[in-house]
Amino acid sequence: MMEDNTLYTIIVHSENISGILNQVAAVFTRLQVNIESLNVSASSMKNVHKFTITCKTSARNMDKILKQINKKMDVINASCYTDEEIFQSEIAMFKISTDEFKNSEDTSRLLRGYNTHIVEVTPEFLVVELAGSGDAIDSLYRELDNIGCVRQFVRSGKVAVTSSPLEKVSELLAKREARYGNRK
Amino acid sequence: MDAKNSERVSGSEALLRALIREGVDTVFGYPGGAIMPVYDALMDHTDEINHILVRHEQGATHAAEGYARASGKPGVCMVTGGPGATNTLTGIADAMLDSTPIVVIAGQIANELIGTDAFQEVDFTCVTQPISKWSYQISSPDEISRVVARAFFVATSGRPGPVVLTITKNAQTGMTCYRPEKVTYIRSYDDDPEIDITRIREAAAAINAAKRPFVLAGQGIELGGAQDEFRKFVEKGELPFGCTLLGLSVMPTAHPLNKGMLGMHGNYCNNVKTNECDVLIAVGMRFDDRVTGNLATYARQAKVIHLDIDPSEIGKNVPADIPVLGNCRKSLAMLTERLVHMDRSEWIDSFGKYQEEEYRRVIDRELHPSEGPLNMGEVVSAVSSAAGDNAILVTDVGQNQMMAARYFRFGQKRSIITSGGMGTMGFAIPAGIGAAFARPDRTICVFMGDGGLQMTVQEFGTIMEHQVPVKMILLNNSYLGNVRQWQQLFYNRRYAFTHLENPDFQVLSSAYGIPSRRVIERSGLKDAVEEMLSTDGPFFLEVCVAEEGNVMPMTPPGHPIDNMLMEC
Repeated sequence: MMEDNTLYTIIVHSENISGILNQVAAVFTRLQVNIESLNVSASSMKNVHKFTITCKTSARNMDKILKQINKKMDVINASCYTDEEIFQSEIAMFKISTDEFKNSEDTSRLLRGYNTHIVEVTPEFLVVELAGSGDAIDSLYRELDNIGCVRQFVRSGKVAVTSSPLEKVSELLAKREARYGNRK
Repeated sequence: MDAKNSERVSGSEALLRALIREGVDTVFGYPGGAIMPVYDALMDHTDEINHILVRHEQGATHAAEGYARASGKPGVCMVTGGPGATNTLTGIADAMLDSTPIVVIAGQIANELIGTDAFQEVDFTCVTQPISKWSYQISSPDEISRVVARAFFVATSGRPGPVVLTITKNAQTGMTCYRPEKVTYIRSYDDDPEIDITRIREAAAAINAAKRPFVLAGQGIELGGAQDEFRKFVEKGELPFGCTLLGLSVMPTAHPLNKGMLGMHGNYCNNVKTNECDVLIAVGMRFDDRVTGNLATYARQAKVIHLDIDPSEIGKNVPADIPVLGNCRKSLAMLTERLVHMDRSEWIDSFGKYQEEEYRRVIDRELHPSEGPLNMGEVVSAVSSAAGDNAILVTDVGQNQMMAARYFRFGQKRSIITSGGMGTMGFAIPAGIGAAFARPDRTICVFMGDGGLQMTVQEFGTIMEHQVPVKMILLNNSYLGNVRQWQQLFYNRRYAFTHLENPDFQVLSSAYGIPSRRVIERSGLKDAVEEMLSTDGPFFLEVCVAEEGNVMPMTPPGHPIDNMLMEC
């Protein structure tokens, strides 16, 4: 049965412990939902890790995914966001054959047009970097691939920060501390 | 801090001190290579911890579950690594689905061997993470005090569940300075969500305005210790209620507002009224498919109020018009305060018609047959009558379970122990053992079929060794009866591999020195039950029942819940 298939961006904050990635990912496995991209890094809070995950699924599955992730003992919070609610970015690296770059005016026009950043140039290859939206990266990759000059390609997966002035996770932690901190 | 608690001790000793500090006095377990240092240390604590040697690790988990469900305290089991650990998986998954607080402690090979496919190496933490509330590997003795405290907090708080601690050899044998620790909250875990007063007001207003309210009572009431709050709630509002399988003993069976069980083999009136009520109030239950039948036709007319402590349950299967997140002990009291007493006798009386129909077409025939072989229901009823209110019902899974749930009568809270979510055959005997250790003051009646009995029959050895006073009742129909019933109803009577060629169960129980009786004739039932209940220690009562007896009424799977078959 095909249900609606929306691209969701999920932000998860968890304790920084081994095995937490596995636990978060297992929620997607249980529902047979493919993760489109995943990025994990330290956050602005001490010992708190931040995941940015994208996946395509139905609203019903998304609700289950969030509740199941939130249920994991060491997950502080998981929420999903629409594009309007976040600032997002992604970085991609292209390794391009120098010969083909030299022989094609289109390649250099594209690299300039997309505002790429040159990381390294050698007689055999050059490495360029593009930071921006996923759509821009898709588009540049398609165009370079059509020319046939891409030797390697990698992208970081989306990273996002929320556009709300409220820092939800810090507030949540403060609230929990206030509610439970004085327990005997 | 006293001197004893700050001296340097082995990790094994620290583990046992931490367990004792958590109030653990009973451990169900099975030793093996990777947990030997802890077992060695246990020899010095036998006056504080009663270790029950089971005969298979699955039995240890079910015994811990039975102990937890009967006592309200967490059950503990201890096993070795590798196969000892993997044998507990069924029990862990069972405890997860039924929200049972158990702590499973499994040995693990030495730190430096991990990742080398060493003898009996299994990544048990990884394997158990999806089926436990929390699973953690302890690799250093210094972690033990903190982690054990956390484990018991997690297992018993919020929505309870199983916790798995895997402890490496190094953590068991290394030395540490043991200091008792206590965990009272975990910042990533909202164990007692704040109750939204607006929702309480909305829910109270909806109930007060209801003409035809109906309450679904779940195990959350038992787990939250909210039996008194629930009683006040339904009595003040004159709210009739039905119970889930695990919620059957939240109130006495005889209470006039208690309309019996919900769901596939529940009482007809409840399933009809679910689809007639104007306000449906679900308390500590999760709308399992065995309760709801076809969701598309389930209580569509009703405004749904859902009280639960687990946010992932709210709206999961049935959308909640008024979700009330939080501990139902608190939320029920807040609601009751705001209820106005209403005369709902006409609505309550309207259940009678369906109760009478079920009695005439199903119950009377099951309980009072004039001839033919014994029925399962009449055996349950005879045992329940003789055992009285002090009994705890433990069941296996299948027809014996449904018959016991339908015809056992409950007088006290925490009186039903059964595998609801997992439907684990073989649950009854070890769970009964656990219940008997938890509540030596109560009569433990353990019902099983001839299929489930043979899945954990090795625990007869545990019963023999400890003379565990379980009253085991085998409803022997020489079939995997529930599957056979489905084959009869939905597979054109093709009985694919459901007939069992059975051993002589009395000879088997006598091999373990367990006194027994076999009943074939109706006339012998009462005496045999009396003998079982008056015998000290364990007893095994085999009752040969109708081979093709069926549990009725029944909502066929996937059908509207009120679409019940009365006979087949």
